[in-house]
Amino acid sequence: MPILEGKSVVKYFGGLVAAAYVDFHVDQGEIVGLIGPNGAGKTTLFDLISGSLAPTSGSIEFKGEDITGLKPHEICRRGIARTFQLVKLFGNMTVLENVLFGSLFGESITSARSAAEKASSELLEFVGLSGMNRVLAKELSLANQKRLEIARAMATKAELLLLDEVMAGLNPAEVDKAVDLVKEIRHKGITVFMIEHVMKAIMGISDRIMVLHFGTKIAEGTPDEIARDKKVIEVYLGLEAHAES
Amino acid sequence: MRSARSPFSIRSARMVLPILVLILLGTAPLYASLYTLISLSNVFMYIVLTVSWAVFSGPSRYISLASAAFFGIGIYVSAILGNVLPFPMVVFIGGLLSFLVALFVGLSSLRLRGMYFTIFTFGLSELIRHSVHWWEVNMTGTVGRWVVAVDQKIVYYAMLIIVMMTVFVAYTMSRSRLGFALRGIGESEDAADHMGVNVNAVKIITFAVSTFFMGTAGAVMATRWTYIDPSIAFNPLFSFMPVLMAIFGGIAQIVGQIIGATALTVLADLLLTKFPYYYMLSYGVILVAVILFLPGGLMALQATMKSWHERSFVK
Repeated sequence: MPILEGKSVVKYFGGLVAAAYVDFHVDQGEIVGLIGPNGAGKTTLFDLISGSLAPTSGSIEFKGEDITGLKPHEICRRGIARTFQLVKLFGNMTVLENVLFGSLFGESITSARSAAEKASSELLEFVGLSGMNRVLAKELSLANQKRLEIARAMATKAELLLLDEVMAGLNPAEVDKAVDLVKEIRHKGITVFMIEHVMKAIMGISDRIMVLHFGTKIAEGTPDEIARDKKVIEVYLGLEAHAES
Repeated sequence: MRSARSPFSIRSARMVLPILVLILLGTAPLYASLYTLISLSNVFMYIVLTVSWAVFSGPSRYISLASAAFFGIGIYVSAILGNVLPFPMVVFIGGLLSFLVALFVGLSSLRLRGMYFTIFTFGLSELIRHSVHWWEVNMTGTVGRWVVAVDQKIVYYAMLIIVMMTVFVAYTMSRSRLGFALRGIGESEDAADHMGVNVNAVKIITFAVSTFFMGTAGAVMATRWTYIDPSIAFNPLFSFMPVLMAIFGGIAQIVGQIIGATALTVLADLLLTKFPYYYMLSYGVILVAVILFLPGGLMALQATMKSWHERSFVK
């Protein structure tokens, strides 16, 4: 049963098409990967889902409810939270305040501050940032900033997380930890839709992968199917990846 | 020195000092000269303008240059209704009208970000000034208006009450959910939006609330000037000074904003009376020096001096 479903979603930027009749769906409890070359329209698709952008046409449904064209804060309160390709933290706030922010404003039911603080501390521990509550967000390393963004998104009690390249710029050890974190997030019953360029990671954890190219969906399937797909190899994975697999 | 640094005495000093200052200010009309009272009312006016400006522009980082517009609205309310309604009513209406105009302006302008918002607010202020001027010339026939005078002690107490209300609201706001949301907007508006904050509503409400106090201050101060015209009421200096004063004192804390407003007002007073020929020159030099060498304002004096010391030590 799909938790998120998009039907022939179209987005034009002037004459440029960033999403061309894209149909997609994410099932409850799944980890779905979204890959494609630079400029394929991956982040645009996330922007359309999270409400940063309104689609030119088409519809997006979350839990059976039409969310097309809603504002980001409305979509967040319905249960979709995201991270950003270029980290957008509240740099001059502490780590704890960042998560608290998501908890205080993002939940559909407003919780008391003390409860929110406790939940936020627990989330920080969950993503591996315990003991850093009082550090300013801008002082964290990139890997930790990405973890903080995930914690902040989770603090909104989201049922669906949109993770935009959370592994980009991380070293191999950090990537492994990030992969573990995503698995644990799914363990908590949260559905994950993620954009990633780190092939090893995305192939390893995704239940299903969608490939975008010039705003069009060119393939969809299990990681194995995608790795063998001729069109995908041609436009994205290249010969190297083909040789590896 | 050790005992002065203990947390207990710092905490008690923090409690006692504001109360002492309030008692002093509250009883000032009993013993202070009329000149002192007038100077203090002037200081109060700039405190209200600065603190209320910083309620919105501080955390959100939307630099508004429209303070003069809302201050001027209060002034005109006072000029028009001063001999019709009782003084407290006039002051309240001055604030209310500013609030309503700010709501309307907010709805149309807060989609603008950064420099565009700043320029828009400045343009708005000028537009109101010229519109009022046009109206007075073409409809009323005279450019200026008389304002019913009010006793200086009443002006003084009215301004003191408005200062207290402004500081109270600014303090409460800074610790509230609304203030937290506004800080988030200042840090990253996109992120705040995606974390469930209705960013436009938060911006418009806080902006409008902050202008309420500017309007009341205008309504009170107008009675002191007795004659006003559009270039007095909507003087762009009322837009620029709060920004300067907040930066001068330290924009991040209310205490800093109050210190900045007080210091610059007193400084201007002193320079104007003692060195009338070099007033603007010396005022400008001091402003430039503070902004260059104390990026955090007067509040950061200690920290800045410490970092200078450390730098020279390392060398």
